[in-house]
Amino acid sequence: MNKDKVGKNTEAANQKEDLVEKFTRVSDKFTTAKKTYGLSDRTFMFFFLLPSLFILLFLVGYPFITLIKSGFYNFSVLRAATPPKFIGVENFSFILTDPFTWERFIFTGKFVILNVLVQFLLGIGIAYLLQKNFRGRSLVLTLILMPMMLCPIVVGLFWKYMFNTEWGIVNYILALFGMGKVEWLARENVSVYSVIIVDTWMWTPFMILLALAAFTAIPKYLYEAAEIDRASSWFKFRHITLPLSAPVLIIAVLFRMIDSIKAFDLIYTLTGGGPGSATQTLSFDLYKRAFQYFYTGEASAYGVILLLVIMSLSLIFIRYLNRLAAQNMRR
Amino acid sequence: MSRVKLENLKKHYGNVKAVDGIDLQVENGSFVVLLGPSGCGKTTTLRCIAGLEIPTEGKIYFDERDVTGLSPSERNVGMVFQFYALYPHMSVLENITFPLRACRVPPRKIEEKVKEVVQIFQLKNLLKYKASILPPGDQQRVALARAVVREPNVLLLDEPLSALDEKFREEMRSELGKLQKRIGITTVYVTHDQREAMALGDVIVVMRDGLILQTGSPQELYEHPNSVFVGNFLGTPGMNFVECVYEENSLVLKGTDYRLKLHRPDLIDVLKDYQSREFIMGIRPEYVHIDGEAVNGGLLLEVIAIEPAGRYRLVDFLVGEKIFRVRTDWGLSLVAGQKVWARVREDKVCIFDRDNGMAIVS
Repeated sequence: MNKDKVGKNTEAANQKEDLVEKFTRVSDKFTTAKKTYGLSDRTFMFFFLLPSLFILLFLVGYPFITLIKSGFYNFSVLRAATPPKFIGVENFSFILTDPFTWERFIFTGKFVILNVLVQFLLGIGIAYLLQKNFRGRSLVLTLILMPMMLCPIVVGLFWKYMFNTEWGIVNYILALFGMGKVEWLARENVSVYSVIIVDTWMWTPFMILLALAAFTAIPKYLYEAAEIDRASSWFKFRHITLPLSAPVLIIAVLFRMIDSIKAFDLIYTLTGGGPGSATQTLSFDLYKRAFQYFYTGEASAYGVILLLVIMSLSLIFIRYLNRLAAQNMRR
Repeated sequence: MSRVKLENLKKHYGNVKAVDGIDLQVENGSFVVLLGPSGCGKTTTLRCIAGLEIPTEGKIYFDERDVTGLSPSERNVGMVFQFYALYPHMSVLENITFPLRACRVPPRKIEEKVKEVVQIFQLKNLLKYKASILPPGDQQRVALARAVVREPNVLLLDEPLSALDEKFREEMRSELGKLQKRIGITTVYVTHDQREAMALGDVIVVMRDGLILQTGSPQELYEHPNSVFVGNFLGTPGMNFVECVYEENSLVLKGTDYRLKLHRPDLIDVLKDYQSREFIMGIRPEYVHIDGEAVNGGLLLEVIAIEPAGRYRLVDFLVGEKIFRVRTDWGLSLVAGQKVWARVREDKVCIFDRDNGMAIVS
């Protein structure tokens, strides 16, 4: 019996050894395979990323560097035969000392601030009203979001006809109420507001959408607690709704601000920058210099300046946003 | 401070009857606990008192004032929510002063009140911190401070201890009890934890399926439950229940041939009418005595399991097909499988109807 057991044991041990040996051989095979190809996961990943890297370099990197470079040259794409002439910062200094540019700067600033302010107030106001559940809420919401989904060119053209002094529907309605005709697009000090009205009509839904999302993310029990604490509706809005939705609202304002600075398509179809140059934003001015006068070098410098303005504005907002986030995290 | 009175309070959500007609009176300055399993309607009742829910039917009075249709802000109640509902973006100080600022209390008065509650709740070192970063225990104190700072008529607490861990919960429980006695504010407290209810309540209201099952002092409810449900719900572990029949002045436990000779005239009197009808006998685990030797009127039972519980241990027996739990000290050495003699204290026996679970004698 005993002997038998021992025999069995050794047999088992032998089998085990066999297995171990086999396993080692197999794993050896794997290591050699690795050596042959010599491709680590990292390199493999790199190869997969390579195409998109090239696309990025060609579509973003190259044009961007060219833009900065041509900002320092006197050059027009119309006269491709004449080699670009290096003129240092002359383009920049010319733009920054040109009183016309400053007029555009001031107009753009005024447009952006008014535009975003009106949209912000309207946006959170309407979002506040839409928070409550009522019959047909989703239908109203869908309808309200419609303008945002339209093509800006179409919106601009439609409003251009509606704003027509002689036969536009806006003046027609005003006339029904016994008011005189307004030259919406032809008067310098009116056309600015016309542009703001159209942009607000089109983009307030964006504000509403984000504000609504931010508002609904605030837990209901906080309002219940505030209700118990005898807070009025305004007190609740001021001390709970606004501060808790601030991060999202800031991002919404940032988006609208950048978009307003870049505003072009709407203005192009609505007023064509006119009357005169009354409704030309910076980007409209840039468009004219680049594609009407073909001052390619100058326009490049202009683009760089515009980019810096937008970037620094965004930076301020993002700083503020981070501070808010940090404040919420610890203290 | 107010007396709270509920009259035939009902709250239905469609077909769901969360609260289905309850009457309750909370005396001025007393601590009333609404106790029951989840879904029994206790929180809904509390929210109706707060004004966060409008009752489907019935009336709510604060003292003589009918507040049924009033909004929470018109009722002047203080409330602590289950997860505190502190304003996360505000500091502790801002949280506490919120109810005062919302009512435009003058700053000097605010300062005064804050000083007072900060002292009561020992919040001095926390005032400048954001409410959201505090540990649950501190958050709870802040929530309490916010609830009492403007001296509400009624303090409503919705499972305020459930977010704390075991050890800390016990600490906070006794603090809360002391605090309520000190401020003397009328308090309604909702919980599903019977130990909390027993420890805190002047009056416990046991609820089930939107109805009040029994109202009484903790002692009353413990010793004299009016139903199998209350007997089982209160106490750790709950009451033991054994089905019985009545024969010749004795209880015969179902599934066994054990007889319990009765001497109590009130029991005998009532059970006469239950001849050969089954009913349920209930006895608390601590009212059963265990002996190693045969005693008069004892039942011979086999020990199934022993569970130590500090100064006491819980011994499980099998009576018929039911587990019978006995709480006993460590005097007698016991092992599983051993047979011992158990003697039920007759004066502590409760008798329940088998069909509806309501008490016949308790």
